[in-house]
Amino acid sequence: MPLIEVENLARDYQVGEVSVPALRGVTLSIERGEFVAVMGPSGSGKSTFMNLLGCLDVPSSGRYLLDGEAVSGLGPDRLAGIRNRYLGFVFQNFNLLPRATAQENVELPLLYANVPAPERHHRAAAKLAKVGLGERAQHRPAQLSGGQQQRVAIARALVNEPPLILADEPTGALDTHTSRELMQLFQELNATGITVVLVTHEPDIAAYAKRLLLFRDGVLVEDRAGGGT
Amino acid sequence: MNLLDTTHSALRSLRANKLRSALTALGIIIGVAAVITMLAVGEGAKRQVAEKLKSLGTNMLVIYPGAVTSSGVRLGSGSRNTLTESDARAIQDEVAHVLASAPGLRGTGQVVNGNLNWSTLIYGIGPEYLTAREWRVARGRALDENDVRSSAKVALVGQTVAQMLFGGTDPTGETIRVKYVPFTIVGLLDAKGQNLSGMDQDDVILIPISTARGRILGQSQGRGRTVGHVYVKMAEGADMKGAEERVRELLRQRHRLQADQDDDFNIRNLSEVVQAEEAASQVLSSLLAAVASVSLLVGGIGIMNIMLVSVTERIREIGIRLAVGARPRDILTQFLAEAIILSLLGGLVGIALGVGGSLALERFAGWQVLLQSQAIVLAVASASVIGVFFGWYPARKASRLAPIEALRYE
Repeated sequence: MPLIEVENLARDYQVGEVSVPALRGVTLSIERGEFVAVMGPSGSGKSTFMNLLGCLDVPSSGRYLLDGEAVSGLGPDRLAGIRNRYLGFVFQNFNLLPRATAQENVELPLLYANVPAPERHHRAAAKLAKVGLGERAQHRPAQLSGGQQQRVAIARALVNEPPLILADEPTGALDTHTSRELMQLFQELNATGITVVLVTHEPDIAAYAKRLLLFRDGVLVEDRAGGGT
Repeated sequence: MNLLDTTHSALRSLRANKLRSALTALGIIIGVAAVITMLAVGEGAKRQVAEKLKSLGTNMLVIYPGAVTSSGVRLGSGSRNTLTESDARAIQDEVAHVLASAPGLRGTGQVVNGNLNWSTLIYGIGPEYLTAREWRVARGRALDENDVRSSAKVALVGQTVAQMLFGGTDPTGETIRVKYVPFTIVGLLDAKGQNLSGMDQDDVILIPISTARGRILGQSQGRGRTVGHVYVKMAEGADMKGAEERVRELLRQRHRLQADQDDDFNIRNLSEVVQAEEAASQVLSSLLAAVASVSLLVGGIGIMNIMLVSVTERIREIGIRLAVGARPRDILTQFLAEAIILSLLGGLVGIALGVGGSLALERFAGWQVLLQSQAIVLAVASASVIGVFFGWYPARKASRLAPIEALRYE
């Protein structure tokens, strides 16, 4: 059974009276353990696709099965539970809570999973150590470099042990050197069996993935093996 | 999220914006403090009025003889000599719940001590009269049965009279002349202050009714022991309307009045005056509380205002929380918790300030205040209700944000 299975997935946005299609029916599946890069120009629908995969947005039509469960029709509470247990997000602008320490940011998903405090501290500290930031657990985001902030975000994405990491242009705000380090980290994670889906518009970043999906005008135009294989 | 985590995280975000949180809480602080202080002042005023009324003699019926009609000219109340000492005794014996039925004579006269003189009210009374009117003796002794029986020339003087004739020195044992008749002062009355119509109740001297009748107030002796008025004091909580009716029946019977004849006496029921006064102070008290409640309401609107701003400012944060698995109800409780904590903290400080303010008013302004635990409970309850009520809308607004729109919000 594939981890992700979408059928005719479509999303229209309502702009005033007009309905603008952002995604016009995408059908594909992603197996466990894959490392997929999603590419395409602006307005190609790749971000919309990611938001739908991430249960941050709901499709206008079509079907989405995550780990065999039909996600498309679920209510906000169930979707929150799925985001919490199945998904880890990494965003271009990190999206860390500015007033919380690295440790507290990483603990956040555990807070909503009702994990008791001592275990939260323990697990968050372990993940921070795993991304190489064990020393900086008590720093606030503003006291960390961009690369370090993105590592905190990755630790946060990993802390609930989800099977799937969704990364939306994770290197978009980072320099080449840091980007390379970060992509190596994603590769390592993928090697441990975590499925990674990554949106990017840089071919050399996409090259780290094993599979490449190319979107244009809201449809999937190409699906081939990538450079990371 | 459990309660502890929720409280912890709410306190964190309140701390992150200390000045704003403090100013928001200030609205509640002032509201709660105002409610507590105003209720204390209102209750204090009510208590003060009640005490004052009690000193005037509550539960009291006053009976006056009726008016004389002489060749078509009607004289005022008390101009007939229809009320007697035996009427007073009959009331005492035959009407239930009567504590004291005290007949009295009243007149004015000049009182002289050496070269000082003063015109004052002269009451001719029996020993039960002091009880009925709640007159207490501050120094010396009261009038007793022997004084009445022997028509003794002894007097009790009020504070004002003592001041006028003796300039503050102890008058007991001194001799004064009342309408040229020498009297020995046996006691000094306690100060009683003004009555409801502003009359000085301490400008008075009391002498035995028998002495007054014969020599001083010149009441005719031939027609039995007539009296000017009878004060009837009822037991606390007695049915005053019912007592008034029974006294009326008794007197009509004793005076042999036919069914078609009018009463030859008047009964005044002071409990009605008391009720009116108490109602007035109740209105004052409610008014104060109402004004204070308005400020509490304004404080609540302040909380709502700040929470709305806070939600808008933290849309990004809400998006992040939603993305990592917060359910809408987690977001709702988080913002609601912040509003409730803010109002509860405000409420607690408000209580301290309200209690302190009330005590300060009592101490420095000399107002009588009465702090009631119900008022404090009420204030805390309204603070938390305000927290929930005014926090609800912003919190719900926050919880209804779509995750993707919240994350994209700039």
